[in-house]
Amino acid sequence: MELVLIIKLILVVAVFAIALGIAAYSTYGERKIAAFFQDRLGPNRAGPFGLLQPLADGVKMIMKEEIIPAHADKTLFILGPALAMLTACMTGVVIPWGSTIEIGGAYYPLQITDINIGILYAFAVVSIGVYGVMIGGWASNNKYALLGALRASSQMISYELAMGLSIVALVMTTGELSIGEIVRQQHGWHWNVIYQPLGFLIFIVCAFAECNRTPFDLPECETELVGGYHTEYSSMKLGFYLFAEYINMFISSAIISALYFGGYNFPFMDSLGLSHNMVTTIGVFVFFAKVIFFIFFFMWIRWTLPRFRYDQLMNLGWKKMIPLAIINVLITGCVVLLLNKN
Amino acid sequence: MSQIAFYILSFLSVVSALLVIFSKKPVHSVLYLVFCFFTIAGHYVLLNAQFLAAVHIIVYAGAIMVLFLFVVMLLNLNADIEPHKDNVLKVSAVVAGGCLMLIMTSVMKTADTMPIIDSTNQIGVVKNLGLALYQTYMLPFELLSVLLLSAMVGSVLIAKKEDIENLPQ
Repeated sequence: MELVLIIKLILVVAVFAIALGIAAYSTYGERKIAAFFQDRLGPNRAGPFGLLQPLADGVKMIMKEEIIPAHADKTLFILGPALAMLTACMTGVVIPWGSTIEIGGAYYPLQITDINIGILYAFAVVSIGVYGVMIGGWASNNKYALLGALRASSQMISYELAMGLSIVALVMTTGELSIGEIVRQQHGWHWNVIYQPLGFLIFIVCAFAECNRTPFDLPECETELVGGYHTEYSSMKLGFYLFAEYINMFISSAIISALYFGGYNFPFMDSLGLSHNMVTTIGVFVFFAKVIFFIFFFMWIRWTLPRFRYDQLMNLGWKKMIPLAIINVLITGCVVLLLNKN
Repeated sequence: MSQIAFYILSFLSVVSALLVIFSKKPVHSVLYLVFCFFTIAGHYVLLNAQFLAAVHIIVYAGAIMVLFLFVVMLLNLNADIEPHKDNVLKVSAVVAGGCLMLIMTSVMKTADTMPIIDSTNQIGVVKNLGLALYQTYMLPFELLSVLLLSAMVGSVLIAKKEDIENLPQ
C-alpha cells in the first residue's frame, strides 16, 4: 500500500514537471518551426541554439509590471488565468503514460488513476476549460476582451458537440470508458485510428478548435480584436494564458495518441524478447514520440493555414462536423451490430 | 473519511447556493452556481455514481452555465441599472416563496428516509445504469428523448419566426 502511494506521488510530480517542461519547450519549438517555415533563424541568442529562450521568456514575464485596469473586477481578473492554468493541468491524471512496471513481483501501472469513466472525466475538464477565458475576458471590462471571450465560448461549445459524438463512436468500438483499458486494447498495432479514421479526423479538428489554435484562433484574432480575451493582461497573468495554451496542446496530443494511436503500444512489442520493464520503458518513449509528433503537427498547421472567418468556423462546426460525426456514429453502430451477430 | 468529505461538500454547496442569491453582480451569481454544481457532482462521486457526476459537470457546468454566463455578459447587467421593484411585487414574492417553503417542508417531513447507501453499491456504474435505462425504463427513457427533441425543434422554430412569417402561404 505504501509503495503504491509513493509511486503515485512520484508519477504526479513527474507528470506535472514533464507537462510544464514540454509546454515551455513547445514555445521554443513553435518559434523555431515558424522561423523554418518563413526562412528565418528564430531565437538563437540565449544559450546554444537559443535553448535558454523559454527561461528568458519566463523571467521577462515575471519581471514585467503588472497592470490591473481600474474598472476591472479584480477577483475575477486574477481568477481567470488561474482557472485556465488549473484546467490545463487537470487532464494529465487519467492519461496512461506507460504500461506497468514490475517491482518485486508486483505490477504498478504508469497511470495516476484509471477511473472507469476516464474519457468522460477528460471531456468534463475540457468543457469547463472555457471558464478561464470567459471570466478573464469579462473581468477586463474591455469590449475587445469581451468579444474574444464570447467567441471562445461559442466556438468551444460548438466543437465540443462534434468531439463528444466522435468519442461516442470510439466508445462503441472499444466498449470501454476507461482510457487505460482503451490503450490496453490497442496492443501491438491494433490502433483505433484504423477502425475509426473518420472519428479521428473529427476529433483532431475539434481538438484544434478547443485549444484555440490556428486555423481556429479567433478568440485572440489580433487583426480584429487587438489581443482578444487577454488584451488587458500583462506580466505573468498573460504568461499563464499563453502557457496554458501550450499545456492544452500537449495534453490534447497525449489524448489523441492514447485514444487513436495506441498510446504506449508499438508494433512487434511482444517479439522483441526483452524484459517487461524494458518494453515498458520503450513504450513510454514511443508514447512521447507520438505526443511530440502531434505537437509538431499542431504547429505545422498553424504556420501553413490562414485562420477562418467566424461564419466559416460556425458553418464548419455545425453544418459539417456534427452531421459527419452523427453519420460516423450510425456507421459504427451498424458495423458493431453486424460483427457481433456472427 | 467519506463522512468528513460529505460534511465539507454539503457546507460548500449550501454556502455557494446562498451566495448565488446574495451576490450583487449577476456574473458572480452564475459563477457561484457553477461552483454549487461542482459540489453536487462531488456528492454523486461519494454515492459511487461517477458517470452521473461526469455527465452533470459536462452538461450543467460545461454547457448550460456557459450559455447562462454568455447571456449575462452580453446583457451586461449591473447592480446599479437594476430596475427598482415596487412593494406589491416584493410582498407577492415573499408570499410565493413562503408557500413553496411550506410545501417543501411538509414533503420533507412525510418523505420516507432512504437507507444509507454503502460505498460498495454498484448502481451508479455505467454498465448497471445503462442496463436500467435501456431495459427496465426503456419506454420512459425514449419518450423523454422525444420530448427533448420536440423542445429543441420548438426553440429553433421560435428563433426562426421572422423567416416563417415571410414564407409564401
